[in-house]
Amino acid sequence: MTKMLLSTTAVLIGLAGAASAQCAIEGDGSVRILANDFQALHAVVSRAATCAGEGVEVTTNETTEHKDIQVAALSTSPAAYTIAVVANGSLVPLLNEGLVQPMDDLVAKYGQNLQDSQLIRVDGKIMAIAFMANSQMLHYRADLLDQNGIAVPATYEDVIAAAKTLEEKGVMKTPLYASFKPGWDLGEEFINMYMGSGEPFFEDGTAKPAIDNDAGVAALEMMKALKDNMGPDVMTYNSNEAQPYWENSEVAIMTGWGSRTAAFIDENGATPEIAKETKIAAMPSWGGHDIPATTLWWDGFALAKNISDEDAAASFQAMMYALSPDLVADPETAGLAAWLVNGYTPTPASEGVFANMKAGAKPYPMTPYMGMLHTALGDNLAEFMQGQETAEKALEDTVAAYTTAATEAGFIK
Amino acid sequence: MPHKTFLAFILPSLLAMLLFVALPIGSVVYQSLFIEHEQVMTEVETCGPFGCTTERKVDAAAMQELRDAQPAGRFNGLGTYFNSGHLAFDRIGQIWTRSETWGGFFNQVMNLPLYKALIFTLAYTFIVTPCVIVLGFFIALGVNAIPGLIKGPVIFFSLLPMIVTPLIGSLVLYWMIDSRGIIGAGLQALFNNPSLSLKASPTLTWITLFVYGIWHNAPFAFVVFYAGLQGVPQDTMESAMVDGASRWERIRFVTIPYLLPLATFVALMQLMDNFRVFEPIVGFSAEANATSLSYLIYSDLRGADTPLFASAAATSVLTTLGVIVLLTPVLIRTWRDFNRKA
Repeated sequence: MTKMLLSTTAVLIGLAGAASAQCAIEGDGSVRILANDFQALHAVVSRAATCAGEGVEVTTNETTEHKDIQVAALSTSPAAYTIAVVANGSLVPLLNEGLVQPMDDLVAKYGQNLQDSQLIRVDGKIMAIAFMANSQMLHYRADLLDQNGIAVPATYEDVIAAAKTLEEKGVMKTPLYASFKPGWDLGEEFINMYMGSGEPFFEDGTAKPAIDNDAGVAALEMMKALKDNMGPDVMTYNSNEAQPYWENSEVAIMTGWGSRTAAFIDENGATPEIAKETKIAAMPSWGGHDIPATTLWWDGFALAKNISDEDAAASFQAMMYALSPDLVADPETAGLAAWLVNGYTPTPASEGVFANMKAGAKPYPMTPYMGMLHTALGDNLAEFMQGQETAEKALEDTVAAYTTAATEAGFIK
Repeated sequence: MPHKTFLAFILPSLLAMLLFVALPIGSVVYQSLFIEHEQVMTEVETCGPFGCTTERKVDAAAMQELRDAQPAGRFNGLGTYFNSGHLAFDRIGQIWTRSETWGGFFNQVMNLPLYKALIFTLAYTFIVTPCVIVLGFFIALGVNAIPGLIKGPVIFFSLLPMIVTPLIGSLVLYWMIDSRGIIGAGLQALFNNPSLSLKASPTLTWITLFVYGIWHNAPFAFVVFYAGLQGVPQDTMESAMVDGASRWERIRFVTIPYLLPLATFVALMQLMDNFRVFEPIVGFSAEANATSLSYLIYSDLRGADTPLFASAAATSVLTTLGVIVLLTPVLIRTWRDFNRKA
């Protein structure tokens, strides 16, 4: 009897919970969301979509091409989208063009569930709300390291030593994996490595690059040393293609994105015995510095400028509903990312991101010309990696390509 | 034909050409002369989940004022054409003074973005085009000789490489040449070299792209030649047979001369197409080892957060000039033929 009573109460509470979790928006308006396309964002966007109802219209566009259309889409008046889901890198073009509006008033009115760490303040004004963190982290096969008496590597020097041991013992021929595909991936790998040196990317107060130095050369040499322990197709490796190598047990140590880790440790996946032994740690440091060689990223949303106040209020409320603690109450959603929202407790997949944060990793710079340096790096380092030119020459080419682009864009005189 | 009638006939297409060809080219040329205004920067404090940092930021309002005053941007003349991303005369001068051998000079110039792209584009154009013409011709001869019953299916299968979307076709091949794919692994076993990778070595990447280009384009030449073969005059052919000409002699002295104008046509189309090579580079992820002029334009527009319109426009103009230079000999030849006939 008591049991039955208890369960009835539980059901009633459950119902009440469900009822209070309904999306209720004050006022009418149109919510139009532009977002990147991956699982964690989809969880957020699809929750916001449930706010559609009387007087509130919700349309969403989830596309990997979001970065290329966002500036044009928000330039029109009224803007084609009210909400742009962005990351620290992709918010910059919107700020440059002045296409997003401060959200201080809306946060005061509707943002009770937000934590202070979620607010992205530029010059004191809240220009974006972050809801998840992302960074690269070190993935390793605990069983293989154990069996061969290797400690979890804390530095890249350790990573290379571990790879050598695995090769010598005949466990694997090419135990390492990192996304060295020329373009965005290779550029990001260099930026991560260079971050570990603690040196600045630009000369103070200017857009002149400062990577053409000893730290830059050392970072490149370290990448080359890692590359020598990777498979023959290393120059086409990217984060999308890592999984088959991992599941085929061809790789024992990998640097990979936190937003993809869930798939690697999924014990219901294709290779549960490997997933079980896949463990996560903070990114290694190198060269005697103690900064993890990685950049920290956040994903969040910004509010378009050229929209009516009604649409702005409705859009903000829809996003607040999407980001309420209910989002991370579902363990499956909670496991998708390192959420920054209220009520989230870290899961194994996000350990690495928080470990990086704790160890003092820095965010990816929000400097307007950082993207150009990133592109120049991605285009000019491949020849060095393949042994066709020296590190100094590769950096010289990068600086030349960047300077040309930054001059054309008006950042360098 | 009176001039007036002629004008009435030509006017619609003349208007269309003006609207869809001349105007866009004109606007691209105009665009290539301007660059972005100098950015007005302010220093601001940015705070987020990872703490606060002081960062420089574009003053959007001040920039808007500049853009309203001069929407096209800052006039830069031919500066974009000569910067180190394009013709790079300055850097060539530097390389000239510091390099000691011709080889060293050549290597360093070929490392400049535009020249690197140009050399691959030209190599691709001049290797793929003749191979396509020859291969297409022989496929056409072969198909023409087989009996009618299986001709249809054979023609269909010969056309498949052209029917497949270039990007998809190159992706399929890309996975096959992976060191774990059927071709890649097969080659490793054949040469007994486990570190052999078609994707890593520049030479092998170039060869892969050439082979792909020939595979993809051969059906075009085949179709044109096959159509031409249907019209080869049978009486000339028969009299050649009566005279005792071998199969090869008949091809050499009857078929080839008859198909020559078609070969000019195929060459013209292929030169234009191959000079614009782009999809295979993306499909094969070959950016590290091979870039083309079209790829440079793409990366200027899509590479960074803000598109570099002036750079892309300058490369487009240079590509157009390149196409004109390439086609001139073929066009002169066609013009001469035309005059001879008239």
